[in-house]
Amino acid sequence: MGENKPAKVAVALTVNGRSVSAELEPRVTLADFLRVDLALTGTHLGCEHGVCGACTVLLDGRAVRSCIMLAVQAAGHEVTTIEALANEGELHPLQQAFVDKHGLQCGFCTPGFIMAAAELLERDPDPSEQALLETLGGQVCRCTGYEAIIESVRDAAEKLRQQGVGPLELLAAALEKKAAPSGDDTGGNGGGE
Amino acid sequence: MKPPAFEYASPASVAEAVGLLAERGFDAKILAGGQSLMALLNMRLARPELLVDIARVPGLDSIDISGGCLGVGAMARQRSLEFFPGLADSHPLLLAGLRHVAHPQNRNQGTVCGSLAHADPAAELPALAVATEAELVIEGPNGRRSERAEDFFVTYLTTTLEADELLVEARFPLPAEGSGWSVQEVTRRHGDFALAGAVVTLRIADARVADPHVVVFGVGAVPLRCAAAEQSLDGAEPGPAAWKEAAALVAEAVEDPLDDVHASAAQRRSVAGVMASRAMEEAAARA
Repeated sequence: MGENKPAKVAVALTVNGRSVSAELEPRVTLADFLRVDLALTGTHLGCEHGVCGACTVLLDGRAVRSCIMLAVQAAGHEVTTIEALANEGELHPLQQAFVDKHGLQCGFCTPGFIMAAAELLERDPDPSEQALLETLGGQVCRCTGYEAIIESVRDAAEKLRQQGVGPLELLAAALEKKAAPSGDDTGGNGGGE
Repeated sequence: MKPPAFEYASPASVAEAVGLLAERGFDAKILAGGQSLMALLNMRLARPELLVDIARVPGLDSIDISGGCLGVGAMARQRSLEFFPGLADSHPLLLAGLRHVAHPQNRNQGTVCGSLAHADPAAELPALAVATEAELVIEGPNGRRSERAEDFFVTYLTTTLEADELLVEARFPLPAEGSGWSVQEVTRRHGDFALAGAVVTLRIADARVADPHVVVFGVGAVPLRCAAAEQSLDGAEPGPAAWKEAAALVAEAVEDPLDDVHASAAQRRSVAGVMASRAMEEAAARA
């Protein structure tokens, strides 16, 4: 790129319950950091300008576009990606619902849809039709025609209500369990130090 | 990597941020929520040498009600304002308008002041700021100044902000007692940029329209406050005849609407009038 290489910045954050740190060029997006540095390739990149939603992850529990966010902006925050959802091979209720209700075909957009839906259902276990459509309307799917996706999220909402637990609450418990035995919360496969 | 290379600074105070801007001028760019800037960087339409990330300046994310205004700090996220306790009662127009701003997944990160400083002519927040007569508090090397929203927007993506100035707060006056309001827009999909939209506030006093504000957006270089339409509404008997007359004046006031693949200039002008008319009707019903 330019003649002068800008100084790298130190970035430390929590990803899926693990502390990670790296020295990065400031221009590295959160999406590229997750995919390239942490090998968390479940977060997909579609349009790369914040429109399609394939790259949606949770930042402190809020769904955000990781393609239009710098990794350095996430420093000190908690990022949750699709990889955190399944618990020891058992699919998260949101994932299972997408299987049961045929909420995906090619699957490219699915991680984004699921992360966006996770925030919605954590805020509101029984969302109105309008809230559901407004949230899912921020994600683009080119296969399904959306009906099956809406059905999937409704199904997950119902199952979670039956269990009396929020989608992220469920996740936090699973992450704690995973983190507990190792006792090591530094590094993992993260970082470029 | 999609974005061009840039340096990064994370100042700890407004003074430090403004100092960096003063030093680097237009080669520096403020990063708040990044929902507009990052897309421009990814497409390399913007190539700043330095990004000044104001997210870690303490206190800039404040939202509070004081002095008859709702004050929204430079780092207050659109979503935080949406969830600000009591907003549905204290400023229902802002709440309704925010729900049209992109998608929740963007509003979680995007800031109110960032949208104002970016000044996209199709964006809702600049139109809301003009319609509510918001006051914009701006800090530069020589201290603070404030500007009326109506004077702030110059043209496409351009405001009166100098290279060394930071928009630190937007102050939206609380609606007057008995004030009616409405925001209407046409988009291809909820959350997209408006092809055309309208914001109207008014009161009904002695069965007549009082204090009307009519603003349309998405149809010109800046949010357009329609003085002729407001004059025609002021003192008029509320009803279809008054809305029709004022809406015709709105369409007339739209000088040189955008003409692109999404909508022709003629369609945008026509839709602006229809949106204004619907907004007047709904605002009057709420007044």
